[in-house]
Amino acid sequence: MIDNTASGDAVLKVEKLCKSHGSAEVLRDVSLDLRPGERVALLGHNGAGKTTLMKQVLGLSTPNAGQITIAGAYPGSDAARKAVAYLPEAVAFHRALSGREQLSLFARLAGEPRSIVAPLLERVGLADSADRRIGTWSKGMRQRLGLAQVLLGRPRVALLDEPASGLDPISRYELYSIIDEMAAQGTALLISSHALTEVEARTDRIAILRKGKLVADDSLARLSKRAGLPIRLKLTAKNNDATELHAELGGQRVNGASVELLCRPDQKMERLARIAALGDLVTDVEMSPPSLEDLYRRFSGEEQP
Amino acid sequence: MISRVLAIASTELRIARRNLWVLTASLIMMLFALALTFAGAAPTGALGVDLLTVSVASMTTLSVYLAPLLALMMAFDAIAGDVERGGLALILTYPVSRGEILLGKFLAHLGTLAFAMTLGFGTAGAAAALSGGAGSESLIALARLIGTSILLGGAFLALGYLVSALAGSATAAAGLAAGLWLLFVVLYDLSLLGAIVFDDGGFFTRSVFPWLLALNPADAFRLWNVAGAEGVALATGMTGAADALPAWVAPASLILWPPLALVMARGAFGRVEP
Repeated sequence: MIDNTASGDAVLKVEKLCKSHGSAEVLRDVSLDLRPGERVALLGHNGAGKTTLMKQVLGLSTPNAGQITIAGAYPGSDAARKAVAYLPEAVAFHRALSGREQLSLFARLAGEPRSIVAPLLERVGLADSADRRIGTWSKGMRQRLGLAQVLLGRPRVALLDEPASGLDPISRYELYSIIDEMAAQGTALLISSHALTEVEARTDRIAILRKGKLVADDSLARLSKRAGLPIRLKLTAKNNDATELHAELGGQRVNGASVELLCRPDQKMERLARIAALGDLVTDVEMSPPSLEDLYRRFSGEEQP
Repeated sequence: MISRVLAIASTELRIARRNLWVLTASLIMMLFALALTFAGAAPTGALGVDLLTVSVASMTTLSVYLAPLLALMMAFDAIAGDVERGGLALILTYPVSRGEILLGKFLAHLGTLAFAMTLGFGTAGAAAALSGGAGSESLIALARLIGTSILLGGAFLALGYLVSALAGSATAAAGLAAGLWLLFVVLYDLSLLGAIVFDDGGFFTRSVFPWLLALNPADAFRLWNVAGAEGVALATGMTGAADALPAWVAPASLILWPPLALVMARGAFGRVEP
């Protein structure tokens, strides 16, 4: 893995970025840093500004205020374009070209030798279909070709817009193994996603956009702590009768036989001790920590964090 | 820069070949040119010119309609279509400029048009020469027709990119391209004709009209071909306007149109947010 202390400087710096389309503010004061080898998940509802943020970084659209640097260069400059790779949300290549021809064009534009095309196609599992027209390919195959062009020329920063959408579980697993490999080689990755359960284990940091504002930017553990979401305890009562249990502990009766309690993380042990003291009144305890879904809803929802 | 332009151009050329554009354009040109050559064989005796001269005159009229049409059909999708497919956003993340992309597409499309024009007019010209005879003057006229047709096509390719960049979608671009064709090839001439009839041989007809005519690339194309060959002028009946202008005006207009329209298209392309 990359040594973050030696190369601790951010390779992508976004500072106080603002962008509006007409009177609608799409991005408000967004600041975000990515260090080499870092995998950052960018979460948010549709229209939260994820794609807009990526387009500013790529230099496809000009921000109204704020500054972006990619490896020290401004978006859209030749140096920045060489350093950055992009996987659009809906990859649409020309139907009449074959995969090999399309990737060769990208290699030529990137100034890479044509000899790297075949190994890249092999890497994403397209070697057998490389000479068929893209028009005959499935969506998953086009997504892989998109990923192959991201791998071109070992970019310093890669922006992947919804890379997991439309992939079956096996392709998704391969996608994340390629992401891990790129991170290991020092590429900083910004991955927008709705597949929350996937990014949980696969990213180092989670950034959440809500209505154009960055409302969270931290590791999952620290975000959970900050959110202070309750732990859910589900108790099953003896003889399938929760009346006595409910009288003892309060909480919410789910059906005749069980009771649900919510408690803060720091009260967990105390609560469990009280439950244990009830003896055989309780036949089972089920404990669920806050899920990423809960966390995401907490930060991206209407309520103020 | 050159290598990136060539990379775009060779890819676009491949697409044009796969889409059967090269074949379609060549077939259309050849069929129309051959049909006109042999349908127009009748007045040869009356005018006292060889068959190739009459054939070039007919093909000049054909090219005024067909060259802009083929060019616009190839060009309208070039930018709007790429934006819609999402391909433009991706390609612009590579170190290639919008100017290089536009130039690459232009080279490929112009090459396709040039191939179709040379094949179509060349075949018809050869057929006319073989069956009705051809002088050196009529051969030069044929070469001029092919060259000017390519220039005319180039002007309308660039105009096609312009509307493709200005339109929000490929469908809108197609509509605008059709409007552009109608305006330059039909309505412009009609309105000038109306003005002449109204003016009844006055100042406008003698001094303003020839210049306005030369301003339109389609008419400049006609004027250049007419002024170049007396026989063609006889056969098309456009001598009046051609004589009223200095000889350089129509060629200058037709040569300047493609680069100027390209500059305009590049300007509009610069404002496209993919």
